[in-house]
Amino acid sequence: MNILIAILVLGGIAALFGALLGFASVRFKVDADPIVEQLDALLPQTQCGQCGYPGCKPYAQAVADGEAINKCAPGGEDTIKKIADLMGVEVQPIDESHVKDDGSQSNRPKVAFVIEEDCIGCTKCIQACPVDAIIGAAKQMHTIIIDECTGCDLCVAPCPVDCIEMREIPETIHNWQWDLHSIPVKQVN
Amino acid sequence: MESIIERITSGHFWEFHGGIHPPEQKTLTSGKPIKQLALPQQLIIPLQQHIGLEGDLLVRIGDYVLKGQPLTHGTNPMEVPIHAPTSGTISAIKMSVIAHPSGLSQLCIFLNVDGLDTWIKREVCPDLNLLSNHEIVEKIADAGISGMGGAGFPTHIKANSKPDINFLIINGSECEPYITADDLLMMEQSNDILGGIKILDRLLSPAFILIAIEDNKPKAIKALQKATECIEKIKVCTVPSKYPSGGEKQLIQILTGKEVTSGKLPIHSGIVMHNVATCFAINEAVRHGTPLIRRVVTVTGQALNKPQNVWALLGTPINFLLEQCAVEEIENEKQPVIMGGPMMGFSVSSEIVPIVKTSNCILVPSKIEMPSAFEKESSEVECIRCGQCSDVCPSHLLPQELQWSAKAKDHPQLQKLNLSDCIECGACAYVCPSQIPLVHYYRVAKAEIRELQQLDLKAEKAKVRFEARKLRLEKEKIARQEKHKKSAAVRKAAMNKATPEATGAKSAVAAALARVKAKKAAKDTSKDTPDASTSESKSNVQDGLASDIASDQKSQVTAAIARAKAKKKLKEEATQKASNSHNITSNAVEEKPSAIVIPKIGDSKNRDSKNTEPAGIKPSAVDKKAKIALAVAKAKAKKMAKASEALHVDKKNTNTNNVVTPALVTKSPQENETVEVDTPSENISKPVADKKAKIAAAIAKAKAKKKQKESISKENNTQNDNTINDQDSV
Repeated sequence: MNILIAILVLGGIAALFGALLGFASVRFKVDADPIVEQLDALLPQTQCGQCGYPGCKPYAQAVADGEAINKCAPGGEDTIKKIADLMGVEVQPIDESHVKDDGSQSNRPKVAFVIEEDCIGCTKCIQACPVDAIIGAAKQMHTIIIDECTGCDLCVAPCPVDCIEMREIPETIHNWQWDLHSIPVKQVN
Repeated sequence: MESIIERITSGHFWEFHGGIHPPEQKTLTSGKPIKQLALPQQLIIPLQQHIGLEGDLLVRIGDYVLKGQPLTHGTNPMEVPIHAPTSGTISAIKMSVIAHPSGLSQLCIFLNVDGLDTWIKREVCPDLNLLSNHEIVEKIADAGISGMGGAGFPTHIKANSKPDINFLIINGSECEPYITADDLLMMEQSNDILGGIKILDRLLSPAFILIAIEDNKPKAIKALQKATECIEKIKVCTVPSKYPSGGEKQLIQILTGKEVTSGKLPIHSGIVMHNVATCFAINEAVRHGTPLIRRVVTVTGQALNKPQNVWALLGTPINFLLEQCAVEEIENEKQPVIMGGPMMGFSVSSEIVPIVKTSNCILVPSKIEMPSAFEKESSEVECIRCGQCSDVCPSHLLPQELQWSAKAKDHPQLQKLNLSDCIECGACAYVCPSQIPLVHYYRVAKAEIRELQQLDLKAEKAKVRFEARKLRLEKEKIARQEKHKKSAAVRKAAMNKATPEATGAKSAVAAALARVKAKKAAKDTSKDTPDASTSESKSNVQDGLASDIASDQKSQVTAAIARAKAKKKLKEEATQKASNSHNITSNAVEEKPSAIVIPKIGDSKNRDSKNTEPAGIKPSAVDKKAKIALAVAKAKAKKMAKASEALHVDKKNTNTNNVVTPALVTKSPQENETVEVDTPSENISKPVADKKAKIAAAIAKAKAKKKQKESISKENNTQNDNTINDQDSV
């Protein structure tokens, strides 16, 4: 008899908690995979596709599914480190096959620039731009909204007349970085 | 608040944490009056001389400008205009090195001074009561005044604060060593400064006005005390000398005991602070209509023979100032020139760097005076954790912790340590026994953090735009598919429905079938006569065929004419408006079909058999004619209606009527072949040149078309049957 009561009580408790858990899983359901959102937040959002995925979010999804973490060229070492921290994996050196080498030494950020007199207005670059940073229409000159350009490079290849080039953002007093040893001192007199 | 005033009147002040007592070196310049300089040859005026945005240019290269003429104009409140400091010609507008630690260039206006110093017309305001507060604020904004203490925040924003102000603090502490510009200004221009204070008093209506002056400026204190004797509200406070008591937050703490918390502005505690030089500039702008075009600059340092305070026009290159103060020759040594004081200033990279609204001091130290400025290599050694830096920090920060985190680029930790509250006063670096340039590290870290924040913002924006684009592409794709589906459905419906086009297609198929049959028959006949030479027999056969066909066609033509007549009658009934001209044209049309068909038959003789073709064309031609007639009739009716409206319109209309009718009459003989619908409508439209008539004609046409289509579709069916029957009989 005692055993029966014990079984009933325990069974009742189990049923109760089961119901509670079941309710909670329905009521507090998380739709998106939170890890993907977190990974996406770490990526630089250039949407350049250098990793082989059509944008940062798809790459974040791929990393969450076990893709290598070292394919983001614009993010560089910093991003790899952050992703490694988040995913709890080893830091890997950046995968060189995903880095486009443009031969320049400077690591200043770049944006695309349309040489406007050469532009024929083919709209091919507009279709290539992942962030709609190019304005123009068919047979009209195009130009790039510098503030919106992520410097992803994707518009350079489609241009049939090679009128797009990547230019460094010029250094102004607004984006200048203090440098301990580069403050020039000029002789007066 | 009362207790605060009591304490102040009894000469007791609060103390801020930390602070240092560096050698003051103010006696170099404090004893000499402010010197008026000769005009320099050229002025270099940067477009942006304050915190905020640069305005839009108002002048062009080659323009002659008068003293005080605005050179830029801003619509944004953060845009402060600049003015021509003297009269002259603008020789260039180009990038030039400006007073910034980076040594980078910015857009500057180069003004060639003509030496006449001609003023633009100024509005002198003798009585301030005539001006509204809004007008005063506008005058301050138009005069291009920004804070002259160092940061350069647009003054009109600070002078236009809405909430209740307890204290208006006038900052005359000038705590940094060497600098005496404000000191001298207070000594010499105390009444004008008071004028500015009164204007601010009116704008802000504070409970109390406190003028804070360090106790190392007795003459200035005396001058202002004398000027403000009879005003209860204003209290001149002699604060103890200590660097950096002139910092905004530090001075507020000294005077009121209140600490402005991190991330808050003084205005949140009901306090507004203005520099004495700013007060002077406000007075000049509001009372005398003089924009901010000059300021007092302390040119000092032991490398100068004649260190002194000067009235420098904004845009004066520092080499001109140094010439005026007789800089000593220093052999084979890079002579550093520091803009700002020794604690917070920076080495300038070029001797043509111009004076701007915020530059209060040019320091040219000798080697004995400031050896560190001459050293190329930093003599920094390891931190010995002495903790002196945190003892002197006026912001209660932990400089050595900050320094380590800054070196490690640990930005989250830096933010936790409140790096953003560092006022970069340099007290920590001053006391550091290891000579660590602490402030430099903080500046680098601050810039990095700012950059990262901007990058984050940009990434966020890029993400949003990318998502928006994806969404848009998706939508466009769906819309395209929908459209394709719809058009496919329409096409299907058109195929199934008995629309004229569909029946036309059907009849075409039938005609093709008939042709094939006819060909077969022709072949049969040619086979039946094998003896005759092929060419002859063919031609014979063809002739025979042609005659057969011709007879067939004749019967068809008569049938078609009959049908056309019937149709016209129907139409006439339907369109009762039709007038005589309609009848005329319809008569013309009646005669025509034969004219149309006969040459067609001739054509078709050589071809094998196209007997259905003329039959197909004929009704369409007739229809078109009828349409034209109808359209003309309608247009005429409309014109008649319009004629009553206006006289000149009437004239035109009569003209067009004249033109149209002959056109129609002459057309009938011309039209041996099919008539184009467009030509008559063009004939109408050209002379009329009237849109309304065109539209009316188009409507009429459309109506006629509808009716005709209905009738045609019926008749075509019967006609097709007829032709097929005819062919069978052949």
